[in-house]
Amino acid sequence: MNGRRNFLRGLLTVLLSGGAVGRVLDLLPSRALAREAPTKGKWYGFGVSVDKCIGCARCMDACKTENDVPREPFFVRTWVERYIIRKNGQTTVKTIVPNEEAAPEGALDKSILRSFFVPKLCNQCVNPPCVQVCPVGATFQTDDGVVLVNPNTCIGCRYCIQACPYGARYLHPVTRTADKCTFCYHRISQGLLPACVEVCPTQARIFGDLNAVASPMSRFQRMNKIHVLKPGLNTEPKVYYAGLDGEVR
Amino acid sequence: MLKLPEKIPDALARLLIVFLALIGLGAFVVVVLIPKPMKDVRLQWASDIQREQAKPLHYAGFRVCEECHDTIYATKNAGYHRDLSCETCHGPARAHAEDPDKTKPVIPATRTFCPQCHSYNPSRPRGFPMINPVAHNPLKPCVTCHNPHDPKPPTTPKECSACHGEIARMKAVSHHVQLDCTTCHQVPQQHRISPRIVKPSKPQSRDFCGQCHAKDGKNKLAAGAPKIDMSAHGEKYVCWQCHYPHSPEVEQ
Repeated sequence: MNGRRNFLRGLLTVLLSGGAVGRVLDLLPSRALAREAPTKGKWYGFGVSVDKCIGCARCMDACKTENDVPREPFFVRTWVERYIIRKNGQTTVKTIVPNEEAAPEGALDKSILRSFFVPKLCNQCVNPPCVQVCPVGATFQTDDGVVLVNPNTCIGCRYCIQACPYGARYLHPVTRTADKCTFCYHRISQGLLPACVEVCPTQARIFGDLNAVASPMSRFQRMNKIHVLKPGLNTEPKVYYAGLDGEVR
Repeated sequence: MLKLPEKIPDALARLLIVFLALIGLGAFVVVVLIPKPMKDVRLQWASDIQREQAKPLHYAGFRVCEECHDTIYATKNAGYHRDLSCETCHGPARAHAEDPDKTKPVIPATRTFCPQCHSYNPSRPRGFPMINPVAHNPLKPCVTCHNPHDPKPPTTPKECSACHGEIARMKAVSHHVQLDCTTCHQVPQQHRISPRIVKPSKPQSRDFCGQCHAKDGKNKLAAGAPKIDMSAHGEKYVCWQCHYPHSPEVEQ
């Protein structure tokens, strides 16, 4: 008798406290700032046509020039991966190196089933994990949906670099703060295109306002079958891929 | 007087006063001394957005070049490079647009530049014009034959392999090496001028392959070709749903 009463009382406590914890979590800044896509105003998005990418790395080069990203090969805001899928199911992924003549390896390699290039960049998630983990509020989402880093507040703890499921962030070797793709925020706020979209020779990269009725971006969304990277994480990326292979993570 | 202090030991009361003073001091520092911009992240974010927007531009954008270089822009827009931005090849040109005499954009006329896009790479999408930089007119700069603002071959090459290199290389190591492209494809003359609008014909039926590969095939030249029973082999499918004609070996 006593045992049952204790059990019921305990259960009630657990349920109530669980609800309370949930309410408190809702008050946390990360939750309070989580947002829906606005239907008015600018809400920027990015489109990538995988079938059009020729892996020329003009985008990587232009990004480094435009944003003063260190020239060393392993600091990148945007990069292009080469996927090689073999007949035995083995997949190799390698980030291509700009200005290096692409080796025609695999031209006669019969074990290769298919290979292709996939451009990558910050996904500017609607629910960005990097913003949720920042202990000092240095990284945030603007009203037009771009995730920025405030280098004056960033303490360089690398927590966001760990949290990003897409590997889109790096620690700037000079400022020792986190750095990432900003959709070239200084360009787009002047009505220009991001540098990588500007130089892409095959229109594999599309940029625009997702709320616009007529724009290359809305046409891209209308005319293609769209996929995003790692949809199961509920980050809701705003970089949309057309013609994405299932092996791409 | 209150009875409460009597119950609390003297030492504890003093400790409480110290703690209260410390809390009060902390509150004073947080509320009064620390300036507001240091506490309000929204103010910090607004200043960061301003700083981000004020960053210098390097690329001028695709509209700017046309204002001065209108003829060359019109040429480019009529050719195969119509989708390219000028700055794709000529590099960041913002400085040149602001002071045209001071800085000039690069003119990449060397043989190493064009192959960044146009050298053969099997990962590149099918149909993209690609060459083998080692074999394709070695040591000549690309611009001696091709105008980069209106790129097309100076004369349309005779052999199909000039454009369809991948297919030619594959056919060269297959059993169909002896066959000309025109054995199976009829190529209209117009295909050489507008390759994507006028396309060569492709075989339409099973009977076409059957001319050589049927058990009762009539083509005497194909005496050594593998023979199949057309009524029993492959059921409802057409031949090229299982066999790739440019490399028709049955593997495994």
